[in-house]
Amino acid sequence: MEYILMFIAAVFVNNVVLAQFLGICPFLGVSKKMDTAVGMGLAVVFVLTVATVFTYLMQKFLLDPLGLGFMQTVSYILVIAALVQLVEIILKKASPALHQALGVFLPLISTNCCILGVAILVIQKEFNLLQSIVYAVSTAIGFALALVIFAGIREQLEMTRIPNGMKGIPIALITAGLLAMAFMGFSGIV
Amino acid sequence: MNKLKVLTNGIIKENPIFVLLLGMCPTLGTTTSAENGLGMGLATAFVLVCSNAVISLVKGYIPDQVRIPALIIIIASLATVVQLFMNAFLPGLYASLGLFIPLIAVNCIVMARGESFAAKNKLLPSILDGLGTGLGFTLALTSLGIVREFLGTGRTFNFPLYAEDLGSLIFVLAPGAFIALGYMIAIVNRFQKA
Repeated sequence: MEYILMFIAAVFVNNVVLAQFLGICPFLGVSKKMDTAVGMGLAVVFVLTVATVFTYLMQKFLLDPLGLGFMQTVSYILVIAALVQLVEIILKKASPALHQALGVFLPLISTNCCILGVAILVIQKEFNLLQSIVYAVSTAIGFALALVIFAGIREQLEMTRIPNGMKGIPIALITAGLLAMAFMGFSGIV
Repeated sequence: MNKLKVLTNGIIKENPIFVLLLGMCPTLGTTTSAENGLGMGLATAFVLVCSNAVISLVKGYIPDQVRIPALIIIIASLATVVQLFMNAFLPGLYASLGLFIPLIAVNCIVMARGESFAAKNKLLPSILDGLGTGLGFTLALTSLGIVREFLGTGRTFNFPLYAEDLGSLIFVLAPGAFIALGYMIAIVNRFQKA
């Protein structure tokens, strides 16, 4: 039950993009087409889960025992960047189809701040390993959900007439604001 | 003249938020008040100046293949410096900015200026470029913070200007951040084209 609540809270109530403002760049950048949004969403689910497990284990078995807590940011970034490379190489060998689908999005992910953000958050919130994994997966699903919904709206926006100054990013931001308002309706259910 | 141009370029012509649209996460996440926006802007500006300086100093010694990882490590170390410093001397601000301080390490602007400017230029122009971009970023965050704080709570820098009940709280919450920034960029666009 605890995990179900955590899942709902992370996907809807504290949505990573719309309530916590992590990962805005890919949210605005790759949401013009539905296909790319789905690809990016899947890639984030995959990388975020793996990265959180690795950084969690590194924190507990390497940084904490050695008293190197201040190296958190530096070491996490290195692990995430290395991991993304590794995942790309493994995927290329093991599952070319999946690699084809996620291909271009993988390198972009290492600078996605929701990966580093979640990795640091699970340590700050003092979750155990299982909680961290559930939190990471549900946060990533929340990201994917927001991205896909937003891409759907933007595809429709393409066909409407918009005042000149509002074209592009401004209208996208205001749409995101309305979407965030809709997600605020979920607050209070957990 | 040329040096002045480098400095003002980042503030107005290539303002990171309003024109280049880089580094959106801290922009939206930390501007609940003018004070927070200013604090975050200055923290990022400090990292930008230092990272540009370090990168331009070591650019000749780093092999091309490991340029990006080296950049990442330099920036992450500086973000850690800011994090520790703020935690020690400005605990209040640190608590309200929270997660976004370590996240300076993955801020696109810092990376973009290091890669596109500091890696190709000498020390002094790089510092000026970092300073200009940092000030532009601070300007954008502070003005967004002022707008949100004013509309949301009726205050500016904690100074009450009208009754708090009349403010619409939505501007301090998440949706207000998107909407306020959207309209501000629209206004900037309008003036640029005119």
